[in-house]
Amino acid sequence: MAGTERAAFFDVDGTLVRTNIVHAFAFYAMNQGSILGTAWQTARTVLSVPLFAAADRMNRKLFNEVFYRYYAGQSEDRLETLAGELFEDVLRPAIFPGTPRLIEETRRAGCRVVLVTGALDFTVRRLAEHLGADDLIANRMRFVQGVATGRVVPPIIEGAHKALAMRDYCVREGLALEKSFAYSDSFSDYPMLAVVGHPAAVNPDVRLARVARAYEWPILRTTEA
Amino acid sequence: MRDPKSLARFYETTEQIVTIDKDSPPRVLFSGEDLLLEDLPVGTRVIYPKPPLEGLPNVKAAIRSAINRPEGCDPLHALLKPGMRVTVAIDDISLPLPPMRTPDVRQQVLEVILPLLEESGVEDVHLVIAIALHRRMTEAEMRRMVGDRIFDAYYPDRYYNHDAEDPDGCVVLGTTAHGEKVIVNRRAAESDLLIYVNLNLVPMDGGHKSVATGLTNYEGVKAHHTPHHIRKSHSYMDPERSEMHRSVDRIGRYVDEHLQVFHIETTINNRMFDGPLEFLMKREEDYTELDRLKLAGMRATLKRLPPAAKRKLFQAVPAPYDVIAVHAGMTEPTHAKILEKSWAQYAVDVDFQADVLIYGIPYVSPYNVNSILNPLLVQVMACGYFFNFYRGKPLVKKGGTLIVTHPCSDAFDPEHHPSYIEFFHRLLPETRDAQVLEARYERELAENPTYVHMYRTGHAYHGAHPFFMWYWGENGRQHVGKVIAAGADNAHVPRMMGWDHAETLSEAIDMARAIHGRSASIALLHHPPIVMTQNLG
Repeated sequence: MAGTERAAFFDVDGTLVRTNIVHAFAFYAMNQGSILGTAWQTARTVLSVPLFAAADRMNRKLFNEVFYRYYAGQSEDRLETLAGELFEDVLRPAIFPGTPRLIEETRRAGCRVVLVTGALDFTVRRLAEHLGADDLIANRMRFVQGVATGRVVPPIIEGAHKALAMRDYCVREGLALEKSFAYSDSFSDYPMLAVVGHPAAVNPDVRLARVARAYEWPILRTTEA
Repeated sequence: MRDPKSLARFYETTEQIVTIDKDSPPRVLFSGEDLLLEDLPVGTRVIYPKPPLEGLPNVKAAIRSAINRPEGCDPLHALLKPGMRVTVAIDDISLPLPPMRTPDVRQQVLEVILPLLEESGVEDVHLVIAIALHRRMTEAEMRRMVGDRIFDAYYPDRYYNHDAEDPDGCVVLGTTAHGEKVIVNRRAAESDLLIYVNLNLVPMDGGHKSVATGLTNYEGVKAHHTPHHIRKSHSYMDPERSEMHRSVDRIGRYVDEHLQVFHIETTINNRMFDGPLEFLMKREEDYTELDRLKLAGMRATLKRLPPAAKRKLFQAVPAPYDVIAVHAGMTEPTHAKILEKSWAQYAVDVDFQADVLIYGIPYVSPYNVNSILNPLLVQVMACGYFFNFYRGKPLVKKGGTLIVTHPCSDAFDPEHHPSYIEFFHRLLPETRDAQVLEARYERELAENPTYVHMYRTGHAYHGAHPFFMWYWGENGRQHVGKVIAAGADNAHVPRMMGWDHAETLSEAIDMARAIHGRSASIALLHHPPIVMTQNLG
């Protein structure tokens, strides 16, 4: 049964930080441990950009599936180790100046802070800890004997599945979805915004800005302190 | 001015109340960004503002004189010591309306006192705009208010907006005997001297309200911005009969006991328009042929422009107000002198109450400078500000009908008024009862983190502000029997506010006469500029 407590669900890329999952992937591609490995992985990544773009245009789920396949064969230990550097070198400097304040304001309002992202959990865990999030809903890579398979544990957290994951989370934790808040920058997150009682567009793209205006959702910025 | 042809006509040209006759010209009323030209029924009494009082010949000399011969305390220079910490709080641009021509009087006051502070060895000086729960002023607005020189010297580190949602930004000084929390901006509270630079547009402003409201937070404002306080205010333009001011005064006196506060209060006359729009300051009887031509041209232009362009057009015209008084010193004696001057400008004696009261709602209010007058603000102008423009008895009888001219378009500014949208479209359809709204929803919107963020980092009014706007119409709503929006472009906005609507003013008058009879007494409060009635009988 839903309770009276509430949560604030935050998309991450473009909402709280100016990076996206490609930045994280590129970081891994460029840190392969050997010059040849790095060159090969970087070249593969660069050559795949048109494929990523086409997949993203067609379907965000397809994009994620294609994209995460590139992690196949990497060891879990290495991915975890590099995640620390990824946070320090890429994510921390990319946190928008208004992000800490927005998160603090939701906490002050008594909300549980939950990050909801299509990124892989090990890439954003340190960011979640740094921002003081209570929970993280993210995609999980399937590992076999400590090696990444390139496939994520279903369902892939994106689009409508973000909303489903948030709904399940509220049921599990006894939170009231209709009293909860959601923040995102992208039209692809329309379901996660529509499912809560208090959605808001943050640094919205053109399509989301149009939707936000039509539905009279507040539009705010984290790009300014 | 035309020569008066009879004693009655001579009376009309010199008195503030004109009674409509068969050959009277039509009257000009604002309807948002449009100007209406309406024939009123014979016998309608039109209440006009007094002519603008003469401005001070030398404003800076008056400021110097006020701070050197203050009310009830030592001169400002005698209060200053080298190395002391001083905070100068300044009223925001919610007043005056329309914004005044530069140099703003606040700039003139600062240009006098800041060199004095410097010469006295006071270096730790911050300028804080006392926005309370209003929107933060933009950089351009802040520059315009104080001028380039002061802006460049103090912005952004030492010239900024008060932040009512900064968790460490306010301190609780204590509690009044009535249980009201006294909460003040931390920088102001921790200063050796707080100087408040005020601009009084109407008698509601200034005095203890400056610090007690302008520099506090939601909890502080909540002490007196309630339906209960507004219901017991008759009116809130008359501080002596206002429950809200009684509470504010208690808080302000507590502040004065604990902090050293030096007030510099100023007030202005009612010269709102000049140049091409000067005809708006005249009675229609006094229009020249050129004035009539200007009016026709203005109306034709406005008819062809979209609302946003019309707003730009009006907002581009600053008001040529003159400063008519400057006083300084202790809160109460200083404010008393300013109030005296303010009433001298605005009060028109009347000895009647009308069955039907008409007024035009203009394009601007204190809460939509450079923005849209949304439906909730139309309401606050109709049932709040304009209704409260009285001293003694209201101009309309208890149970009378209020007719307002405004299109009441369902349009909101999402940047300035995001919480208004939720209030209007989610809460108001559920209930119009101010007490229920206060009990059930006020805190929810006040603490909504989205609105808090937009207030702190954007230019949004605080989440609780739409509630206060609704409460501010409470004594008007309790008093009048019916409100009719004449010229509304839709039916749902008036209906959501509990109003009727009519396509034209004459249709609205017919509707009112259907209630009060053919012999109903009708009055028009003729704005602009500001006029208030005084019925102390």
